[in-house]
Amino acid sequence: MAEIRNFTLNFGPQHPAAHGVLRLVLELDGEVIQKADPHVGLLHRATEKLAESKVFNQSIGYMDRLDYVSMMCNEHAYVLAIENLLGITPPPRAQYIRVMFDEITRILNHLMWLGAHGLDIGAMTVFLYCFREREDLMDCYEAVSGTRMHATYYRPGGVYRDLPSSMPQYQPSQWRSQKEASRLNEARSGNLLDFIEDFANRFPACVDDYETLLTDNRIWKQRTVDIGVVSAERALQLGFTGPMLRGSGVAWDLRKKQPYEVYERMDFDIPVGTNGDCYDRYLVRVAEMRQSTRIIKQCVEWLRHNPGPVMIEERKMRPPRREQMKGDMESLIHHFKFMTEGYCVPKGETYAAVEAPKGELGVYLISDGANKPYRLKVRAPGFAHLAALDEMVRGHMLADVVAIIGTQDIVFGEIDR
Amino acid sequence: MSEAVPDTAAVQSAAPVSRADGLASAVEAQLGARVNRVGSTTGEVTFEVKPADLLEVARTLRDAQGFKFETCIDVCGVDYLAHGADEWKTQSATASGFSRGVARFVAGGAAADAAPARRFAAVYHLLSVSLNQRLRLRAFCEDAEQPVLDSVTPVWASANWFEREAFDLFGILFKGHPDLRRILTDYGFIGHPFRKDFPLIGNVEVRYDPEKGRVIYQPVSIDARTLVPRVIRQDNRYAPEMKDPRQNG
Repeated sequence: MAEIRNFTLNFGPQHPAAHGVLRLVLELDGEVIQKADPHVGLLHRATEKLAESKVFNQSIGYMDRLDYVSMMCNEHAYVLAIENLLGITPPPRAQYIRVMFDEITRILNHLMWLGAHGLDIGAMTVFLYCFREREDLMDCYEAVSGTRMHATYYRPGGVYRDLPSSMPQYQPSQWRSQKEASRLNEARSGNLLDFIEDFANRFPACVDDYETLLTDNRIWKQRTVDIGVVSAERALQLGFTGPMLRGSGVAWDLRKKQPYEVYERMDFDIPVGTNGDCYDRYLVRVAEMRQSTRIIKQCVEWLRHNPGPVMIEERKMRPPRREQMKGDMESLIHHFKFMTEGYCVPKGETYAAVEAPKGELGVYLISDGANKPYRLKVRAPGFAHLAALDEMVRGHMLADVVAIIGTQDIVFGEIDR
Repeated sequence: MSEAVPDTAAVQSAAPVSRADGLASAVEAQLGARVNRVGSTTGEVTFEVKPADLLEVARTLRDAQGFKFETCIDVCGVDYLAHGADEWKTQSATASGFSRGVARFVAGGAAADAAPARRFAAVYHLLSVSLNQRLRLRAFCEDAEQPVLDSVTPVWASANWFEREAFDLFGILFKGHPDLRRILTDYGFIGHPFRKDFPLIGNVEVRYDPEKGRVIYQPVSIDARTLVPRVIRQDNRYAPEMKDPRQNG
């Protein structure tokens, strides 16, 4: 009689469903997973060590590159940690801008997730729809920071600059007719807030579109219902946060429970699941997109009526104005010192966490009083989630591994750091 | 700041201070001499724990009424070797002026303020979802040559990968860990890259060797540079008041 042995399968690192560079060593009995061993670190760039050799402000841009589909949320945790140690608070307008862009980022992330997750388990169309809306949000990023992804927009003490009063326009070209360009420019004729408000008004209908494609879709439900079930107790034990935890029925959201910035003044709900399976996590994330739209609308409303500074007046924390720098020697010296040596952060340690789209993104910062961090640790939500992959896929079929990787919303920038 | 807008720092530190202090005294009451509170400027609760007591303290914090820290949010390795060391003296100028500040910190030099016995530490960030509170635990390894700590994986499953990471990057060994392998660095990597005496540029680089027909490792061909010197200025005008008079970690 032939001896039957388990089959070991190497999945990734170059696999379209591996969401980047995940190498997964799977032990299979037939088509049933016995053991999964994720090998991570293929994208390890030692961000935390690099940050130790740079002055505080120079690392903000590195934070974008951690979870590279929710850029501004990463910056947010980092600047919050610095602000905690310095004991400074940004002006209210900056706080509203941050909250608004955190929510824009959340939609950006969830759209990317929904598109990719759909693609992974056989829903092609939704990907195209998601990326259509994503483009508009990228334009918001571009309008405010000049880049479509790695914004480097937040600063300790506020944000880099106020919202622009006009949006860039599309030009007709070989690929875009005059008619198409004017259609796109219609929403872009006002300022950034008009554009965001227009987006927030039409976005719920887009979410309805995605839901018609997926929520009651038989194939979608077959692929996600009762796949990767995690109980609430187990989810806490495994360090789950964000939609992964809420999908299991725990109403835990830092924006509500430990509010930072102006989340306390926002009216929104925490969607929670009941079964803790992939389908519930899908529903939670879709509901979160709707909630984010609500928050964005409230922020737009407030920002329209409350002009003001977006950066603290504290001179230690900001470069001097351009005209001052050109005409005033002290300002020139200050500018030089600020841009080269930076500022010293008082000795101490702090942990600042934000509710990033994927879960709790925390920055643990130890300062010894220098102009560079002594130790910076980024607590990435995806790291804890991926660590539980083994437990989640055991006993499932090979095809479900893809669904579970998808539902965890894995991005290797933050896991490998 | 207008009254209506919540002050972020206050939300995160000042407002729950009484709660934080309440938690801290409850922990002190329950665990007594096994824990040692460390002061904080941000109103966070930090305790230092001896390695021998770590597991017991962790269990108590997870299970005891009033603590309920069900989640270990993070485990972070720290190397205190160069704590307080700077590359550029700013307090007083010599007759020849300030240096150019390009001398790099030499590992083990006299500049650092950390005693060698307290070099490696693991910092645990705990979260209680049911009681909405956070706590930080720090355990220093007793031996800097061979840093060992008890693994908290039996208490919190989430510590598994975090401890693997601390082992990989700092070389802290976790006794009782089910699967202590490297996690972030390359297969066959030598050394622990986040230690303060590990150079930022690394020790080896890879290139393709056309003669051997494969990728080979060779010593790095670049020089370490200091772009901005590390300075420590005693400029604490903007530092928040110490909420706790004891020395801050």
